[in-house]
Amino acid sequence: MADSSSPIPVTVLTGYLGAGKTTLLNRILTEDHGKKYAVIVNEFGEIGIDNDLVVDTDEEIFEMNNGCICCTVRGDLIRILEGLMKRKGRFDAVLIETTGLADPAPVAQTFFMDDDVRAKTRLDAIVTVVDAKNLLARIDDSPEAEDQVAFADVILVNKVDLVSADDLAAVRAEIAAINPYARVIETERCAVDLGDVLDRGAFDLGRILAVEPEFLTSGHHHHDETVKSISLTAGDMQPEVFFDWINRATQEQGPKIRRMKGIIAFAGDPDRYVVQGVHMIVEGDHQREWKPEEKRESRLVFIGRDLDFEALRAGFDACRA
Amino acid sequence: MPTIDPLSLDAHVVACGFLGEAAVFALGDGRVVIRVDGADRTVPAHDGGLLAAIFTANGEALLSCGDDGRIARTIADGTSETLFEKKGKWLDQLALGPQGAIACAAGRTAWVRLAGGEIVEFGHEKSVGGLSFLPKGSRLAVATTDKVVLHWVTAKGAPVDMPWKGAHTGVTVSPDGKFLVTTMQEPAMHGWRIDDMKHMRMSGYPTKVKSVSWSAKGRFLASSGANAAILWPFFTKDGPMGKNPLQLGPRDRIVTRVACHPSEDVVALGYDDGMVMAVRFGDAAEVLLRRPGEAPLTALAWDGAGVRVGFGTESGEAGVIDIRG
Repeated sequence: MADSSSPIPVTVLTGYLGAGKTTLLNRILTEDHGKKYAVIVNEFGEIGIDNDLVVDTDEEIFEMNNGCICCTVRGDLIRILEGLMKRKGRFDAVLIETTGLADPAPVAQTFFMDDDVRAKTRLDAIVTVVDAKNLLARIDDSPEAEDQVAFADVILVNKVDLVSADDLAAVRAEIAAINPYARVIETERCAVDLGDVLDRGAFDLGRILAVEPEFLTSGHHHHDETVKSISLTAGDMQPEVFFDWINRATQEQGPKIRRMKGIIAFAGDPDRYVVQGVHMIVEGDHQREWKPEEKRESRLVFIGRDLDFEALRAGFDACRA
Repeated sequence: MPTIDPLSLDAHVVACGFLGEAAVFALGDGRVVIRVDGADRTVPAHDGGLLAAIFTANGEALLSCGDDGRIARTIADGTSETLFEKKGKWLDQLALGPQGAIACAAGRTAWVRLAGGEIVEFGHEKSVGGLSFLPKGSRLAVATTDKVVLHWVTAKGAPVDMPWKGAHTGVTVSPDGKFLVTTMQEPAMHGWRIDDMKHMRMSGYPTKVKSVSWSAKGRFLASSGANAAILWPFFTKDGPMGKNPLQLGPRDRIVTRVACHPSEDVVALGYDDGMVMAVRFGDAAEVLLRRPGEAPLTALAWDGAGVRVGFGTESGEAGVIDIRG
């Protein structure tokens, strides 16, 4: 069981109706993977598990009274997590299922905006389940489906057995065009190694560094998606200039930003600085020392809807040391 | 010198208090521990987590609710009975009325169990953040998002909305029934003078206010959430409007629990490092009751005579402080 003082990892499970979320949830609840999950669901009836650590809730979103219109949080989650923390030790991790049409932002922002939730938990990963057969149609007809892909750290492409090789390639290209930084796992009936989905370690920073920006420009997808990403790279940065810019940029483009994550090398600082954000919220911290064999490189990724890439690039470049 | 009788309970202490001589600790894992003369009795009050607990005014029983959907009534000899049950619901709010009425809530629904056992249900558009009966017991205040709703407990009259934007996470009513105060998701409290619905904003806290306590005769409302206990004056008809609060027990730590003495102008404070102190209002004189421990203080209560203080922490360190030494 988890040490009572360490933050509890939380996995958020999104995906539109019929994609296979419930199948995955049932697997997590029934299979012996050595961990005990407290599960927060909103469609209780669909889960056939009698477990005292499954709680149903009505998604309840409210704006924080701080004048920022996109600072929405899930009030119901704050309360349920507070209740769960009173029985810490009974479970190792928390899993939150969202409704099919949910915007992932309020869930994610809850983990940044509420001090108590922030102190006791850590957002491990946002996992989005999509189905290979319907993804392209859903992205065309619902912005939520596109946002769910944009927010994801892990994307489970389900039902790959139901589509042709060409269709699957189109799905892969579409996902890469929206969010090339997510780890993509292709499955049938959610038959995935649960270790690939759970306990991923918040933001899969390795992937930010591994994915080359050129990957973005490969243009063999047929969709005209409005959610796209940009990867900015540089060497050492000037801290004051960078903080000033990132705060301004996220204020200006916040409503358009879905996620932002990056690793920054500050001039004269031996530590890697890690930043992450959702909409206008930015959070950063020193992570660890740069290893001697590591190249000191700053890399920052924005995923968003109709982002002004030129402004972001110019602003980022102006922070170079 | 105050003496401490320590306990190690290995669970989050949700509430503590006294049933006669017995010190009682309600724990997050569903247990209730009753300590009499240095011996402990453990009652498995809930099958699952215990989310809220409250002591009856006459000191006869502890009422608790939890994620097993039950309200349990436990008395000092360890007998526990179920007063209310809603299977599958996480009951996380609990309040007691003066005439034996009990209110609880799960999600958007609140229930009142009248003294005779009759159940009245109250639905809301948003989650219930807190419950409190008005002193006469005929009305129930429900804190929810963007407002407080005043219901007639028999549901015979129309409810009254008291709007104020934001998520209200708790509610309390002054003992004279003149003022109603909510704690909020923001680090602030909001108050109303019930007669004319005049608003009062109580802000400036660095963190959320999670614990409030009325002092003897309702003269002050003590609150947690700052580097000292913040006590707002409520002894004039305007309440705290235009007045500065008392700030007692200032430290470089956050106060997490407050408990006013039942008769004297003294408040007990618990901090986020587990320290407990008692402070007198008039001259701010401080008495250390417990040194810092492992974890934040989560429960703090005086006995009826005002000579013993029960405390508990997030990690299960707990104890009874006797100030008679």
